[in-house]
Amino acid sequence: MKQISGLIPTYSSDEFGVCSALYELGGLVVMHDASGCNSTYTTHDEPRWYDMDSQIYVSAVSEMEAIMGDDQKLMDDITEVAEETHPAFIAVIGAPIPYMTGIDFEAIARLLEERNGVPCFGFSVNGMQPYTLGVSMALRAVVDRFSARTETALSPGNGRSRSGARVNLVGATPLDFAVNGSIQSMREWLTEHGFVPAASISLECSLEDIVSAGEADVSLVLSYGGLAAARRLEEKFGIPYIVGVPIGKAFSELLADQLGTCVETAKSPEKASYADIHGTGPVVAAIGESVFQASLAAAAALEQNADLRVLCPVDTEEFLLRDGDDRTPEEDDILRELQDYEAVVADPMYRVAAPEQAVFYELPHEAFSGRIYDDVNPNLINRTLQSAGFDFSGRTGRRS
Amino acid sequence: MLRKLSHRRGAGEEKNCAAGSCAVSGSLAGLADPYQIIPEKVEVPMGEARFPAPFEDGLEYSAPARGTWNILHTGMMIPESHHIFVCAKGCLRGVVLTAAEMGAMDRYSAIELREENVLNGDIEELMMEGVRDVLQKLPYRPRAILLYISCQHFFLAYDQDYVYDSLRKMIPDIDFIDCYMIPTLRKSGITPDEKMRMQLYEALRPQEKHERQINIIGSNLRIDEHSEIYELIRQGGCRLTQIQDCQNYDEYLAMSAAALNLYTEPTARRAADRLEKRLGQKSMYFPYTFDFDEIDRNYAKLAEYMGIPAPDFSEKRMAAEDALRETAELIGETPVAVDFTFTFQILGFTRLLLEHGFHVKEVYVDQFAPEEKEDFLWLREHAPDLIVASCKRPERRVLSREREEKYLAIGQKAAYFTGTDYFVNVVEGGGFMGYGGILEIARLMREAYLEKKDRKVLIQRKGYGCLSLI
Repeated sequence: MKQISGLIPTYSSDEFGVCSALYELGGLVVMHDASGCNSTYTTHDEPRWYDMDSQIYVSAVSEMEAIMGDDQKLMDDITEVAEETHPAFIAVIGAPIPYMTGIDFEAIARLLEERNGVPCFGFSVNGMQPYTLGVSMALRAVVDRFSARTETALSPGNGRSRSGARVNLVGATPLDFAVNGSIQSMREWLTEHGFVPAASISLECSLEDIVSAGEADVSLVLSYGGLAAARRLEEKFGIPYIVGVPIGKAFSELLADQLGTCVETAKSPEKASYADIHGTGPVVAAIGESVFQASLAAAAALEQNADLRVLCPVDTEEFLLRDGDDRTPEEDDILRELQDYEAVVADPMYRVAAPEQAVFYELPHEAFSGRIYDDVNPNLINRTLQSAGFDFSGRTGRRS
Repeated sequence: MLRKLSHRRGAGEEKNCAAGSCAVSGSLAGLADPYQIIPEKVEVPMGEARFPAPFEDGLEYSAPARGTWNILHTGMMIPESHHIFVCAKGCLRGVVLTAAEMGAMDRYSAIELREENVLNGDIEELMMEGVRDVLQKLPYRPRAILLYISCQHFFLAYDQDYVYDSLRKMIPDIDFIDCYMIPTLRKSGITPDEKMRMQLYEALRPQEKHERQINIIGSNLRIDEHSEIYELIRQGGCRLTQIQDCQNYDEYLAMSAAALNLYTEPTARRAADRLEKRLGQKSMYFPYTFDFDEIDRNYAKLAEYMGIPAPDFSEKRMAAEDALRETAELIGETPVAVDFTFTFQILGFTRLLLEHGFHVKEVYVDQFAPEEKEDFLWLREHAPDLIVASCKRPERRVLSREREEKYLAIGQKAAYFTGTDYFVNVVEGGGFMGYGGILEIARLMREAYLEKKDRKVLIQRKGYGCLSLI
């Protein structure tokens, strides 16, 4: 049945996706909710909360304030804190109750901006969509508002070579990349191939990095959540983008080459970098975010000839999936699909949904199991899958 | 890897935050641009504190101290129960990972509310079909299902009676208990904590009473074995039952037979009232008090109920006095910080420490309990310089969490806010009742003073006392 999670967890939601995307940018971020959202997000979905400060709060709306539509209190409370802490921007985020009462967050943001004189965003999310949507909305909004390009900068493709090309990493949040060194590894991988790392939007990223993202020569889209921002950077500044995560060694090499081509042609390819890469060997179900899992599939195909088929339970586009990959938004979709597989690579909390006899490769995903596996979440960037403990060879094929 | 901020803030110190745009400044005394915190918004001397709300409402901050229980931790105490939440994705996220972290995913399921349900008004059908679907998937048959609805249900023309009545008729071998995750009611009416404590006993059924059976209800934590209440109840020829001791659903149902419910926390008063009305069980408030005379009075009252003379716990009382004195001598002038998550009577506890020579410097609390008015007045008169500090005001996020001198913290939030690894890691009273409880608290204070703990790991675990996979 749709909408039932009888066995497995629920993915992180849109409101938390917004918070995660904005976390490091120096803003004042307010979830307009009664109480639980803030502690849920900061406990389970925000591994930076203990060690890195960020002004993320809940409005603590009461039943009566919600019923009476007391938006003035919300704006007064936000302004009070903004006057004390001088944030770089303000973001007001929706939640289930504002959705019920029909609050106009964009209007509230406009009023707050007039009153406080700092950029304000209103995000009409409602806690009923996956985190991917929230990441996407937030990243697009900040690059749209803040990214800039100086007049002296070269236009993409205008005499640029891949050597020394500046590369944005777009779509990085801990929800998809944990806090396991992946971003640093991507920077090192870029440097190894002669590129210059630019903004990593928005993990290990400052607002200044967002501003300078407009100076880059190319964007590498790391997740569905980064796609809209990359497209906006292309619209605004002509920065082309390519989709893929440098997982594994062989695929990372290939991706670096495609990235270079993208710089030289100044044109975004019509397909994701991994679109045509399939293995012919052992068939394995790969459950999770589309860009990450499809990149893993490409890596497994190139290194081990394994045939990973992506099952994506969260937002994505056809453009981000390969032939044979599938969307599985419901638990029942997953259960039905997995009956046909003898091997699965997914977050450990999917194990209960896999056939008992299936070989299960654990690959934690923060947006699914939260912080539980933070200590064992592997960094797969630019290293062989074998060295990361993933050997997909020798498995029997998909059962018919 | 993350850039870890060594935040901050000795007087005058400045650090750059991740964005580089929010340089922060020092302690309350040393604030500088660009933060311009108004100190009294977040910390006031006890002598100037208002009762019962010392701080203004506003945006709220959530510190990463997670030991207090939530409604799922509480509900899970019913043996052989299964828990189904009917909420939006964002709301489900907190409870599903609560279940996951306590290793209890097999007792949890979710029905996810989506936009189409709000628009179509088909929540009733969704819930009934969803419950049936969950039951088909489960490898076992639960004795009870706790079915939790959310704030959103209250904003829709949702027919609660229809859903639960129908489920009870369709699936008569399972008890359906209506439960509520409704944080919008946190500030008005029956709070979610109170409601959960009421619903926790809702499956108990009227039955013949055993006059010598006494329940303790409402507390998340079992009364610690060192408490003399066990001895007193044995002396009275009675049997004490607590939900934490129930090994199966029948033992839980057998709590219906108790003639008396002792409730230890103010949030359980409504539960006790409801059981009195519904099952005819008498009730008696038996708080985690730190007033020695009140402890004696409570035991005398319980003894009177059982028909035995008031107990003489003077030796235990003296032992508690000695333990506190010995502990105070050890700790000396070391500043002490306490917080409201440690006990339901934080002002009474603070008073106990001050009366026994401890150097209590900061008390972290956002709301004083009505029954603490007397202790509040005492503290205002005798400790006017004691700092009352908010835990949830937004300014707390950007204020110093480091202290120049060694602190002993009692409670997780106090440990976090004072940046000390010398802390007593206990929440919600810890089950420490009476003189035996005070002896234990004193022991834990001495231990905490002498030995560092892993603050970051310990305080971030949810549900103190529950299994944690973190």
